[in-house]
Amino acid sequence: MEDIQEIRFSEEELKEIEMVKSRYPSSKSAIMHVLWMAQKKFGWLSNDVKEYVAKILDLPESHVHGVASFYTMYFKKPMGKYHIQVCTNISCMLRGGEEIYEHVSEKLGIGHNQRTEDGLFSLEEVECMGACGGAPMVAINEDFYENIDIVKVDELISSFRNKI
Amino acid sequence: MFENTTKLLLHDIENLHEIDVYIKNGGYEAFKKALKMTPDEVINEVKTSGLRGRGGACFPTGLKWTFMPKGKEKPKFLAVNGDESEPGSFKDRQIFEFNPHQLIEGILISGYAMGIDAAYIYIRGEYHKWIRLMQKALDDAYESGFIGKRMKEVFGTDYSIEIYIHKGAGAYICGEETSLMTSIEGDRGYPRFKPPFPAQRGLWNMPTTVNNVETIATVPAIIAIGGENYAKIGAQKHPGTLLFGVSGHINKPGVYELPTGTLLTDIIYNHCEGVLGNKKIKAVIPGGSSMPPLRGDEIDGVKMDEESLKEYGTHIGTGGIIVMNEDTDIVKVTLRIAHFYHHESCGQCTPCREGCGWMEKILKRIVAGEGTIKDLDLLVSVANNIEGNTICALGDAAAWPVRGFVTRFREDFEKYVTQSRVFKAPNIVHGRRNTADTLIEAV
Repeated sequence: MEDIQEIRFSEEELKEIEMVKSRYPSSKSAIMHVLWMAQKKFGWLSNDVKEYVAKILDLPESHVHGVASFYTMYFKKPMGKYHIQVCTNISCMLRGGEEIYEHVSEKLGIGHNQRTEDGLFSLEEVECMGACGGAPMVAINEDFYENIDIVKVDELISSFRNKI
Repeated sequence: MFENTTKLLLHDIENLHEIDVYIKNGGYEAFKKALKMTPDEVINEVKTSGLRGRGGACFPTGLKWTFMPKGKEKPKFLAVNGDESEPGSFKDRQIFEFNPHQLIEGILISGYAMGIDAAYIYIRGEYHKWIRLMQKALDDAYESGFIGKRMKEVFGTDYSIEIYIHKGAGAYICGEETSLMTSIEGDRGYPRFKPPFPAQRGLWNMPTTVNNVETIATVPAIIAIGGENYAKIGAQKHPGTLLFGVSGHINKPGVYELPTGTLLTDIIYNHCEGVLGNKKIKAVIPGGSSMPPLRGDEIDGVKMDEESLKEYGTHIGTGGIIVMNEDTDIVKVTLRIAHFYHHESCGQCTPCREGCGWMEKILKRIVAGEGTIKDLDLLVSVANNIEGNTICALGDAAAWPVRGFVTRFREDFEKYVTQSRVFKAPNIVHGRRNTADTLIEAV
């Protein structure tokens, strides 16, 4: 069900990569930025994508695999269209973060780093996101939702479900 | 902007994140003032101010800057640490959102003082929104010629600097300065040995200084009001204002800018309006999850500065205060913290990689009601064997809270382990042959 997409950056994106490379004395430093771009464009970092990134930056494939697997925010498998990240670290835990995680997990029928069959949602139990003042919090894709509870999380999920 | 010396970072000025508003309120004047001084005079001013690093180690900033070599033989770099991943810390994002230009101005002044060629602001990947806000501020500053090649025509100086944002991708360890540098260089974020220190061999083996976002953002205030005046604010040995991020069981959580040395009870009961549901306090973590906790009955009279907290066996850390009320299950909190460090250990050093896993497993066993009284000493022993035996401070950061909680809340742990326990593995009756592994296997 994955979209079959050619793994290739556009001319414009290649220009952006050149621009990013110029910020550093060594082009290797651009790897994190390029992996971010690749994840945004191709959805997740498959072996083909990582090999492509290695080719563009003229780096050993093993190095790209190493960096991509070191950082938790790079997806190593396809994730949902809406990636729900529930923080259960200490500040959120004190205010009900774990209950929210359990609730979402049960509601969607998926566990940590899994996605629903329709590919709409995926769930991740994340470590501290730096939103402790608004605990408990969830992040959906790039946006933070702070001071939430089970009711609000339900509303969020249905609002995303209705967006399709 | 700096008339009110109790608020030097988060000013009560609307839309201060916009460059025009910032300039109208005296923004970039501190940099102009610094340009009239020699670089050494700027460093001395920061030394006089007594500013200490806000990332947790509290190292004197001015002194750190003097470690940078003089001269122009080698390119020099500044890495600004905005990784902010310590649980309980959420202060730097306030600067990115509400006062990004003071951070930029701070980089300009620090860069001028040390002769920096390029600065990288390392921001954690989760902060998508704050990266966009910071990038907007940088773009505006570039457009006005405050950064880069046009600095000569705008400020009439021969000094110029480039500033870039480097986006992380979810690794707590990258907040450690050497790990942050390997991450910028494009490798896995593994910490490296010190020495050589970053000032000798930092980014790409060139002289580099790593400072926290809050530290650098404070620099314009110091130049504006003068180092001597800054030194008079707050606690004598740890002066200035600090961003305290208060979270947990508290009525008004949030970031509060207050002078160092403010009473912890003053922060909790006056600024944050007390504990949720008016309950008693069981524990307070004073500076982010890696700092040993304080018991609720010892917080009276505790002042929030590094020297005062040292007397209580803990540290100011990042100023992330986590308050826990009397209903909190301390053992579960300890398990959650241990899980975090196990998850975030980079895996280079055996004591940390294995030890963090052990601590988590032992705590899991205790929470499951299958621990023994020996496990409590085992936890302390594992913590002691991690501390100081690793390349970077993550090992210490994992050991301190576990040891702190077990020793300061021993009765809570004992409640869990005094229940009778059925040994499942046959060799476990031979107590002396027990290792953590056989015990763990048994569960």
